[in-house]
Amino acid sequence: MNDFPIEQIRKDFPILDQLVYGKPLAYLDNGATTQKPLRMIEAVNRLHREQNASVHRSVSFLSDKITQAYEEARTTVQKFIGASKSLQIIFTSGTTGSINLVAFSFGEGILEPGDEIIISTMEHHSNIVPWQMVCERHGARLRIIPITDEGDLDLDAYQNLFSDRTRMVAVTHVSNVLGTINPVKEIVQIAHSHRVPILLDGAQGVQHEPVNVVDLDCDFYVFSGHKIYGPTGIGILYGKEEWLERLPPYQGGGDMIDRVTFEKTTYNGLPFKFEAGTTNFIGAIGLAESLNYLTGIGLDKIIRYEHELRDYATQKLSGIKQLRMYGTSAEKAAIFSFVLEGIHPFDTGMIIDKFGVAVRTGTHCTMPLMQRFGIEGTVRASLCLYNTTDEIDRLHDALNSVIDLMA
Amino acid sequence: MEIIDIQKEIVEEFAGLGEWMERYNYLIDLGKSLPLIDQAYRNDEYLIRGCQSRVWLNADLREGKIYYTADSDAIITKGIASLMIRIFTGHTPDEILNTDLGFIEEIGLKEHLSPTRSNGLVSMINQMRYYAMAYKAKQQNL
Repeated sequence: MNDFPIEQIRKDFPILDQLVYGKPLAYLDNGATTQKPLRMIEAVNRLHREQNASVHRSVSFLSDKITQAYEEARTTVQKFIGASKSLQIIFTSGTTGSINLVAFSFGEGILEPGDEIIISTMEHHSNIVPWQMVCERHGARLRIIPITDEGDLDLDAYQNLFSDRTRMVAVTHVSNVLGTINPVKEIVQIAHSHRVPILLDGAQGVQHEPVNVVDLDCDFYVFSGHKIYGPTGIGILYGKEEWLERLPPYQGGGDMIDRVTFEKTTYNGLPFKFEAGTTNFIGAIGLAESLNYLTGIGLDKIIRYEHELRDYATQKLSGIKQLRMYGTSAEKAAIFSFVLEGIHPFDTGMIIDKFGVAVRTGTHCTMPLMQRFGIEGTVRASLCLYNTTDEIDRLHDALNSVIDLMA
Repeated sequence: MEIIDIQKEIVEEFAGLGEWMERYNYLIDLGKSLPLIDQAYRNDEYLIRGCQSRVWLNADLREGKIYYTADSDAIITKGIASLMIRIFTGHTPDEILNTDLGFIEEIGLKEHLSPTRSNGLVSMINQMRYYAMAYKAKQQNL
């Protein structure tokens, strides 16, 4: 860990330098949202102060400049995930917005009664409910990939779920609860061997794992800006060009049209066909700034550091004998879901908050996964590039205090 | 004792406690000593929705006064339930409906009133008052 510039990185995130309840903040809730580097905060500030104007619409100097920055941001995202063309990058409001877009348009364009969509037991509600809604509208149904007790997808069962009615697979890249890094390349190949397209939910993937959509060969990849150190309210939908061309638009409005009359509207080309109305262009440029920040540090270095944190935390937490970990896959990100024996996650979270340790408790928007394990919820600590072994020690000590207090 | 006096009594008890650790300790002890709700009421019908922890609440009317019992799977929530029961139980529906619960802020539990805490204090209070309203309506119809 010695070559990782952790002290400088912590300085890049101004929010980390504060006391809560008189204790230094240990922010371990990065799966919910990540903190923001100063460089992004300043870029967004500067855009509002100096460059704000409508994109793709006006002829003014400012509008031209911000449109250029917006399209550069698209290219930055394209390069970050290894897409071949920038028109494959659609700016949305977030992962949820992206999945709703694909689900809706796929439903309108493709689905018929009796068709099937495959998802998994470990999906976030955002990758369940939009598909459920579209199934209800079109008379289709969901098929669910089971998981093992360790929190791995059962790939044999996955294979067996395909039928001649399977139209889509939607699976998460990294589980927001279990931390499991799914073998997505293999999962994509299996879907394609059945000639079925696949969407990967990268909300917890893109910031913890290298992503190259061409190499993965997935048909759609979606993620949120705010979970990768970017602004809130901006997200990405990557799609293969042929799919994005084939799907009908999701929302109607300005910028997504080619020509409008009261009788008939023809639509704009990609990517604008899916970007109705004034988009969150400042969010998009802010996101690009955060991605450039990560590239500047070096993604490989970040991933190596996060894996070291993961190993340290796994070892440290295993020392608490009352701690039951959910998600023990051999392939996992630095996300830890657990329950202290006989102690409600809510009590645990409430108490360690007073030690300045911020975690999330509850069902983490994965109620079916909680049902799978027969539990009401977990405590979740999710780490990222600015966390330290010292913070893991503090989590460990705070958990021991909980055990003492509740004894 | 009047509801207002019980509130004063609780405020005084908390004033004697130090920082948060002692307050939580106190709530945890209260939670442990809360008489459990009858198993017959520990089901979905008596479950208060919208809490991160589960809270079951029942209320009986005897001689014009309401008697509450509750349970929760989280101990701090249970301690808070115990405080609320101590305040409301054995009082008439009118007394329960016309009470200002200023003590919550005075004992430093205001953070539990925030909806983001989702620990059910707000839902718990609402549910206790719904019972009072229902029993009041029932009495008036008799």
